[in-house]
Amino acid sequence: MNPPDAERSAASRDRSVSSTPVVELRHVSIAFEDKQVLDGVSFRVGAGETLVLLGVTGSGKSVLLKLILGLLKPDAGEVLIEGQNLVPLSEAQLYPLRQRMGIVFQEGALFDSLSVHENVAYRLREEGLKDEARIEQQVREVLRFVEMEQASEKMPAELSGGMRRRVSIARAIVSQPSIMLYDSPTAGLDPVTAHTINLLIAKLRDVQKVSSLVVTHRLADAFALANYTYSAEKQALIPANTDGGPGQRVPTQFLVLRDGATYFWGSTDELTAAQDLYLRKFLV
Amino acid sequence: MINLLIDRFVKRKVLAVQEFTELLVASARHAFNRPRYLVDTLVQMDVIGFGSLPIVLLTGFFTGGVLALQTYRTLSTFGETGLLGQVVALSMVRELGPVLTALMVAGRNSSGIASELGSMLVSDQIDAMRALGTDPLRKLVTPRLYATLVTLPLLTVLADFFGMLGGAVVSMSTARLSSAEYWTSAYQALEFEDVFQGLTKPFFFAVVVALVGCYFGLHTTGGTEGVGRSTTRAVVVSCVVILILDFFYTKFLIAVGFF
Repeated sequence: MNPPDAERSAASRDRSVSSTPVVELRHVSIAFEDKQVLDGVSFRVGAGETLVLLGVTGSGKSVLLKLILGLLKPDAGEVLIEGQNLVPLSEAQLYPLRQRMGIVFQEGALFDSLSVHENVAYRLREEGLKDEARIEQQVREVLRFVEMEQASEKMPAELSGGMRRRVSIARAIVSQPSIMLYDSPTAGLDPVTAHTINLLIAKLRDVQKVSSLVVTHRLADAFALANYTYSAEKQALIPANTDGGPGQRVPTQFLVLRDGATYFWGSTDELTAAQDLYLRKFLV
Repeated sequence: MINLLIDRFVKRKVLAVQEFTELLVASARHAFNRPRYLVDTLVQMDVIGFGSLPIVLLTGFFTGGVLALQTYRTLSTFGETGLLGQVVALSMVRELGPVLTALMVAGRNSSGIASELGSMLVSDQIDAMRALGTDPLRKLVTPRLYATLVTLPLLTVLADFFGMLGGAVVSMSTARLSSAEYWTSAYQALEFEDVFQGLTKPFFFAVVVALVGCYFGLHTTGGTEGVGRSTTRAVVVSCVVILILDFFYTKFLIAVGFF
């Protein structure tokens, strides 16, 4: 089976991506021992855009997010964040770049020994903020944003899966990053809780204009993000306006990985129109 | 076959030594520049030092006691039971105090450190920490290293004293020695060289206890099952390394003519 022609959607991608992409990968490859996990993966995400990463388990989606954060270094290729290649940078040099990014790990990765409040305040304290009143205010604001203000003093072990993800989102956005990375944010959640998480992702994207990279197995969630926008008035997701004007569709790209390589990279419409048998499996 | 052996075994062991050395250098160096995590270090001193106090004191007391019981039988055949204080004091201060304290602390804390850091690693908390701008070595390893470096020598001193106390109880109850006889014999036997080697060993052992636990914790693979494996390895390796290190350090002190 041949991958769909990447050239086919190049024009639409170029139109959608602003002059300097906020995230760009150029021919990135990485292997762990004998296993090639990513092989020459390239893509770009423009400011305010969303990239949905699809692929079967073990196709390298989570590794891709760790590469973007500089938690892993590729064997070959370049990872550019707002035009700056982070591959040659040391750990200390990476911290200012990481301040521009927030990540929500699959299980939340909250610090077990810290309360919800302290988990969210962690980044502010690490960034050297000493003013407790300001920390308190910022933490309260983001916990209100994710509707978790009432759980401020709880420990992570006392939270449900959905609540942990929401706190994880709060922790990631407390220092107002311009890029958000989500590693399977709705995995293992019931449909109602998954909808709440999608709502938060869309709210961040549409209200704060954050660029998002979303790893997911659930195509329904991906299409919800692509075809709906957040309405501040109704505090809910509403169908996106395709005729221009307010509430219009946010540019969303889909990247499908297969055996560590790019199998498909294109828009929502291109994915839904694809006749490729492998892609159809994701769409069923 | 030989290539496979070199590749699978020798290279990995050499790599492990290299990584352990890097961990040691990096975590030791972090104490000299900011940010420093003093609160974390104090918390670890409480967990590692104060938390280990009961088992260390019990171990010291009963080791000193059994040492007095065993040597009493031999010494009594020569009519030299007055030397009990000397035997217990020298054995405890030179060898048993530092080694048994380190083994007890390793059993309790190398495993604890490995399982804590291993759990953090497999649940992505270490990556989250890095993503939030923290160096995990600075935040997790350095406080544990310095907390162990401070508390293990103190625990050793207490274990030595409780060992001598155990020896005193046995000497007075079984050998019918007076308290003055026992303590004078113990005090006069100890020289600077004995105290020096007994108090320098815990610093080496502290590095092993803390960093072996951290190393295996931070190299955990294979989910929660891997955490169990790391914990077991940390205890076994730290105990074995403590015993080997003790032998070579003692040999070194003899070779340089220290005593």
